[in-house]
Formats: sequence, C-alpha cells, structure tokens
Amino acid sequence: MATGTRTGGILARPTSMEGVWGWVTTVDAKRIGMMYITTSILFFLWGGIQALVVRTQLSYPGAEFVSPDTYNSMFTMHALTMIFLAIMPMSVGFFNLIVPLQIGARDVAFPRMNALSYWVYLFGGLLLSMGWLFGEAASSGWFAYAPLTESAYAADRGMDFYVLGLLVLGTSSMAGAFNFIVTIINLRAPGLTWFKLPVFVWMTFITSILLVTAFPVITVALIELMFDRYLGANFFVAAQGGDPLLWQHLFWVFGHPEVYILILPAMGIVSEVLPTFARKPLFGYPVIVFSGIIIGVMGWMVWSHHMFTVGLGTVAVGVFTVTTMLIAVPTGVKVFSWMATMWKGSIALTTANLYAIGFIALFVIGGLSGVSHSMSSSDFQQQDTYYVVAHIHYVLFGGSIMALFSGLYYWFPKFTGRMMNERYGKIQFFLLFIGMNIAFGPMHWVGMDGMPRRIYTYTSNMGWDFWNMVSTLGAFLLGFSILLLLHNLVRSFKKGEIADADPWDGRTLEWSIPSPVPHYNFARIPNVVSRDDWWARKYVTGEDGVTHPIPQGGAYAENEEDVDVHSIHLPDPSYWPLVTAIGLALMGGGVVFHLAISIVGALIMLVGIYGWAFEPVNEPDEEHEEHEEQVIN
Amino acid sequence: MIRAIPLLILGSMLMLSVGCTPEHLMSTFDPLGPVAAEQKMVWDFVFWAMAVVFVTVLPMLLYMTLKFKRKEGDPIPPQTHGHRNLEIAWTVLPILVLAVAAVPTLNVLKYVLEPPAGSMQVNVTGHQWWWEFEYPELGIRTANELYIPVGKPVQFNLQAKDVIHSFWVPKLGGKQDAIPTRTNVMWYQADVTSPPEGFYGQCMEFCGTSHANMRLRVHAVESDAFDIWVQAQKEPGPVAEDLSELAAEGRDYFENMDFTATYADGAVSKQRCVYCHTVDGLGISGARTGPNLTHVASRRTLLSALVTNNSENLTSWLDNPQAMKPGSRMPNPTLTDAQTVALVEYLQSLK
Repeated sequence: MATGTRTGGILARPTSMEGVWGWVTTVDAKRIGMMYITTSILFFLWGGIQALVVRTQLSYPGAEFVSPDTYNSMFTMHALTMIFLAIMPMSVGFFNLIVPLQIGARDVAFPRMNALSYWVYLFGGLLLSMGWLFGEAASSGWFAYAPLTESAYAADRGMDFYVLGLLVLGTSSMAGAFNFIVTIINLRAPGLTWFKLPVFVWMTFITSILLVTAFPVITVALIELMFDRYLGANFFVAAQGGDPLLWQHLFWVFGHPEVYILILPAMGIVSEVLPTFARKPLFGYPVIVFSGIIIGVMGWMVWSHHMFTVGLGTVAVGVFTVTTMLIAVPTGVKVFSWMATMWKGSIALTTANLYAIGFIALFVIGGLSGVSHSMSSSDFQQQDTYYVVAHIHYVLFGGSIMALFSGLYYWFPKFTGRMMNERYGKIQFFLLFIGMNIAFGPMHWVGMDGMPRRIYTYTSNMGWDFWNMVSTLGAFLLGFSILLLLHNLVRSFKKGEIADADPWDGRTLEWSIPSPVPHYNFARIPNVVSRDDWWARKYVTGEDGVTHPIPQGGAYAENEEDVDVHSIHLPDPSYWPLVTAIGLALMGGGVVFHLAISIVGALIMLVGIYGWAFEPVNEPDEEHEEHEEQVIN
Repeated sequence: MIRAIPLLILGSMLMLSVGCTPEHLMSTFDPLGPVAAEQKMVWDFVFWAMAVVFVTVLPMLLYMTLKFKRKEGDPIPPQTHGHRNLEIAWTVLPILVLAVAAVPTLNVLKYVLEPPAGSMQVNVTGHQWWWEFEYPELGIRTANELYIPVGKPVQFNLQAKDVIHSFWVPKLGGKQDAIPTRTNVMWYQADVTSPPEGFYGQCMEFCGTSHANMRLRVHAVESDAFDIWVQAQKEPGPVAEDLSELAAEGRDYFENMDFTATYADGAVSKQRCVYCHTVDGLGISGARTGPNLTHVASRRTLLSALVTNNSENLTSWLDNPQAMKPGSRMPNPTLTDAQTVALVEYLQSLK
C-alpha cells in the first residue's frame, strides 16, 4: 500500500489504514458503504422509536402520551428520518458496496468525493435531527406545506433545521449520485457492455440520474423558503401575495421522483437476489431494465397526483390521473418478470430470498392500493386518510425496507467474511412480515372508515378504536423483530460462520472474489463475456438444454497468485473530505444558530477544498512507479 | 381442518369487533348523496379489479415459492431468459384494464368537480382551527355547523384565512383543499336528512397544533325546516331588555369589557369579545377573527364540533381555552368567576 508522507500543507497525509483514523480518513468505497449502512441503521432505529411514539399516542382514543406539538414533531421527523436518513443512505451504502464489484472496478470514480458524501450525510442528518435537542424539531409535516412553514405559523427553529438540514443533505446526495453516474459510465470492466450490466447497477444508474435531476428542484424550493423565513421574502407567504401552491408543485416535482429514488434500488436488489436463489437468470432482463427507465421518466409526469384536491381543475386532474394509472404498467411488468424468474426455478428459501419474496407480496399490495389512489375521482375520499398511510408503508416498508434487508442478508458474508445466522434470520423475517401486516394492514380499513392522517387524537365513537390498538401492537411486534435483526447483525459479525467466496452460488462478479473483499477488490480486472458472467464461468448449458457445472469452473484464485497485489495502486486516505464536510455542515448550521459560525464554516470548507485540490490522489511512491497505469483516478 | 379452528375463531372475533364498533360516522362506505355515491361506484370498480389481481397474484406467489422449493439433489433448472409473447401480453393486458378503468374514473371526475348550475352557494373559510360558513344569497354567517336542505345541490366556495385546510364530509363526498389566495369549488348534495348530531366532517390537511380538533357537522334538513332555520339565523341577537338580569350583565361584558388576553404564544394584550366575535345587533359588529356567535346557542357543539354545547363546556372553555383546544387562537380571557357565569348565561341565550 502506498503510504508516503505529504510534504508541506496543513495536515500530513494520513498513512494508516488501521484503527479509527483509518476509517475516518478512508476513501475506500467498501468502508464508506459500511459506514453508510451502519449510520443509516442507527437513524432507522431512531425513526422507528419516533414511529412507536406515534403509535402509542394513537393506540386508544384521547390518549395523552405526548402533547399535540410533540406528536406533530414525531410524525414529521419520523418521515424525514426514514426517507432521508435511513432508506436513501442505506441504498447509497449498497451502491458503494456493490456497484464497483459488479462492474469489476477497484473503486468508484471519485473516491474522496465519495467520502465527502458520507460525511456530509452524517452531519446533515445530525443537523436535521438537532431540533430535538432544543425541543424545536420540525412539526409542519415532512411535506412542509406553506404557509404553515412560514415564520407567522412556525415561529420556532424547527423549520430552520428542516431547511438547512435538507440543503446540506442534498449536497451529499448530489455528490454521491454524480459519482455513481461517472463510475458506471467509465469504470466498467472490459467487455461489460450496458446490456450485460447487473440490474442492480442499472437501477443505481437510473436512481442517480433521478437524484441529480430532482434535488435541484427541492433545493430551489428550500432556498426560497429560507429567503421567506430569514430575509422577509414572500415566495409562499399568502398574506403578501405569495403562492402556497408554488411550494407544493416544487416539492412534489422533487417528491415524486424521490419516491422512485427510494424504490428503484430496492427493485435492483430484488432483481439480484431472486435469480441467485432460483438458479435461473432474471426473466426478461431487457424488459426489466426498460421498465426501470420508463418508471424513472414517468416519475416526472405524475407529481400532481399528490395534489388532486388543491383545485387544479378537471382537465389537469384528469391528465395526472391517466399518467399515474399508466405507471402501474412498467411496475406490473417488473412484478410479473420477477415471478416468472421464480417459475420452475430451484428456489432456496434463505432469509435473503424470503425477504425478496416478501417484498414482491407486499409491494403488490402497495401497488394495488396505489392504483386505487390514481383514480382521482374516488381518491378524493381517500386523500389524507389512513388509507394513504397504509399505501406508503406497504410501498416503503414492504417495498424498500424489505428489499434492503434482503440485501443485508445477501451481501453480509461478502463484506464481513461471515454468514448471518439463518435460523435467527428466518424467525426475524416472519416476525417482521407478520408485524408489518398487523401494523399497516388495518390502516386500509380505518382510512376508508374516514380516519384522517396526522391527527394526534380522536374520539371513541368513530369506530377506529379497535384497529388502532391492533396497529399499535403490530408496530411493537415490528419493533421487536428489528431488535432481533440488530442482534443477528452484531452476533454474526463477531462469531458468525465463516463464509467462503461464493456462499450462495451467485451469478455476478462480486462472488468471484474472496470474502471479505480484499482492499483492491479484483486482483486482476475481469474480462466480461456474458451477462451473469460469474455464473457463465461456473456452469454451461449443453445442446440438450441441460445445465451442469464446468469442472474447475469459476476458479479465480489461481490467477491471483500471478498478480503481485502489492503493485495495485489505490487512492490514499485523506483528511480533506472530512474537513470540507465539517466546513459545509457548520456553514449550514450557522444559518440557524449564528452567522459567525457560517463564516467560520465557510473558511474551513475553503481550506478543505484547497487542501483537497492540491493533494495528489496517490502520494508519489518510487517503488511502484512503473505501475502507474493501474491507478484509478 | 383442526388447525383451521383457531384461525376461524380469531377471524370471527375480528369480524365481530368490526360489527360491534359504533356508527362509523365518517365511513366512506356509506354514501348518502350523489357525489359520494358516484365516488363509491368508482371505488367499488377499482376495488374488485384489484381484488382479482390480489387473489390471483399472491396465492400464485405462495404456490410457486412452495412448489419450486429447492430439494437436495435438484438439477440446475433450465436457464430461461424470457418469453416475448408472454412479456407483450403482460404489458398490453394491464394497459387495456386501465383504459377500461379510466372511463368511469374520468366521467365521475367531471361530475364531482363541477357543481350543477343553480346550486345553493356556501362560502367556506378555513381558519386555525374552525370553519366559517357564509350563505351569500341568504345573508347568513355561521360557524362549524352547516345546514343544508335535503335533495338540493350545494356549491362550496372554499377559501382559507391563514394556512391550508381541507373540507371533508365523507358521507356526502370527497374533499377539496381550502387554500389562501385561491377559491376552490366543490359540491355536495344530501339525499337523506341527517341524524340529530349531523353528518361528521373534519379538516383533512395538516394545519398545525390543533389540526385533529378542527371538525365540523353538516345538518341536512327538509326544505321547510331549512327555511325556518334561515329565518331564525337572520334574527339579530337579543336586546338587553329581553334577557335575564344575569344574561344582560353578560351582554354588557361581551360588548364593553376590556379584559387581559393571554395568547397561546404568551403574548398579552387588552381585548374585548366583540373585537373578534360578532353578535349581530351589538354596537360593534362584523368581526370575523373568531366564529360568529349570533346564534351560538342554537348549535349542538362548541369549538368546531369538538364538544357538546352546554354551560359546563362553555365555562371550562372560558376558564382556559388552551386546555380544551391546544394552540387555540382564542386567548385566555382571565375572567373572574362572576364574569364567566354572566358571559355563559348570555351566550346560552343566543338561540
């Protein structure tokens, strides 16, 4: 490993890959991915606690477990935490871990920017959540409809934490997304053409494009809101002639692609897990890819279905009704293709696969209730009732979270070198699956029975009592299963069964290298010949249609002996991404607290960028200069 | 079969519990007007279509999972990559189903969004956290409890004073938002008279601290009863001579007493009841900051349909509005007990 010391500059180049500082200064996508996932799990727990507070308050009519304002903060922060601090970053964690391996690369295109993304995410998440420390967590809903978010109605700093937290987080998402777009375009292994890419990589690519196109929209809206709140501008101040609907349009033009940002990576994971455990290739690969692209494009044409009741007029509502209905088509195609993948397969019911199959089941339910929402004329009855809450939880919990957990079980051995406990895993899966349905299933009913969302209390004569109590019990069962998952993760990390390189008989390139993955990923960059390249190296289908293993197939290990792995140059660790991220976060946080902090933050960020710009990717290292061509930029 | 018994017991317990719960006052499954009925028709259509998909796809998934479960020594399955006709079929088929579903959806959309000509007009204004109703053709202004004649279409012109609210009475139909700077239009018609407590409604767009407490009632009455109600509402408030001594004292407090108002955000100022509330016939009138109280005693409920209208509730409200409706814009008037008693007496006389 290249470990030169930097001459000059403020900070000496970190030299060690070990210990805490090794992690803090790392630019290795695998470590960053693990940091992303660990952090997102912690935020997920925090978001879950908020959800349980909400459920406790609603467990019986007239409960006084928390005050109305605290309750409003709870559901607001629950949504923000789960969407921006748990699901999105957990997906990005998987991008980091899996994409370089599946495309046969040694790292992402911009490793230091990758580290920056992580640190900005961490600090942005803390800034967003910081309101709790002051009893001023945002309480205007995650959708933050103006004018309720203006100073006149949201006088405390809750909305300031919201605005600045999301602005800082947006930087992280944008940087990360650009990184993966460039990585996927430029760093694919020789022979890995677009239509040989694993579907997870495709979904990462589409998600990243959605991120870089959607985040600018919300950034504009947030900056306008910031101007309203800090500088007395009137973008959304109705009393001064501002337009509250402008906020809604901007928010949902971002917000609907955001929904697909949350679900497309999940679809990618499922598209990897199902074929592996069915021992069949993904059915209709091109159709799955294209429907992913179509979902990405159509995500921009349906935002107003969040605004069916704002008075857009019959024609506009009608148009968005039709576009929204159409989105069911590519989604349905994906579901059918996944099921066809399982058809006549040889299905191993591992925990990862149970999660993937569970994903299909719950996502179908969420999709069906979604179709009923698209029927605007009857949706006027369902809008803002618990029916919508049921729908989003089937899609985001039954969909995104289930698939991400599938990914956890599936890829855990690849990165830790240990298997997760399957027996525990299955118990945990079934508890979660049952708990999830008990918690969110009855919400369909209470919603159709007229229970509004976002109410902290209700009276007992409405007929909602029983099912609310059921939901709450289900939510606690769900919470318990999450604790089991944590226990399994920690326990398996410490003393799980040792995993070999290819424990699941996988199909894609990540299973061709040792577990845990060596620092350099691939000793020798593979030459890709076919889709499911690793499978094709292990198995051959004869003329008679019978597939059988190739003797000695899939052995990369012997090649490794030919390669002097010490000659592989990888980017050196760096302090600058961390410094830059600290500066950026202080700059954002200062807007809430005191402008002086912003100025200090800006200076720190400038120093960070300066130091970064003049720091070579690799320190000059005479010993290995002849291997320059292997350096990744 | 034996194994199914606990499931059956559990199932019937659940069914019973559904059956035993009270009236389902905001159920969307119980349409009592044409708007709600048309929407229910679209819902039924979608529901059954989705139910067919549900009972085909999910059991299929379960069947496949069990049927193709890997067993020891299973061979590698055939490596099928796709099937063009099948893929075309499951792309085209949903498009056709959706095209069929779009027809009733769009028809009903036009029907429910566009009020019939000649509808009775009601201007609805959402406030944090109460509803103001004005009948422009009848010259009536009231709050939180709406009267409409049975069998006649009523057009609602929705506006909002402060933040966004949403007007919804599920038994009569779907909701529309009340948004500052805009006037949105919707309509309902009640086909049957309402029970004495009225049809239940509620604000559906999150509007701040007491969003959960922003409710409303709609009383659908026969047209002669409606006319009687209209005549009664047009009457100004009683003059002092017609009131009991205590109520007359309350009337004087209502109109002339400066009290120290403590608001939810801690602000303190001198206020009078009439600065915010109107009782027609008093020296100052026309204030719209708070609900019009000219006939407050004729309403069944108080605080935007939150509690029953009676002296006890009114007294507690005047003692501490924040305790009954958190965040309420109504300041704590810090009255003496004698003042409260007189005011309650007066307000209860406003039939």
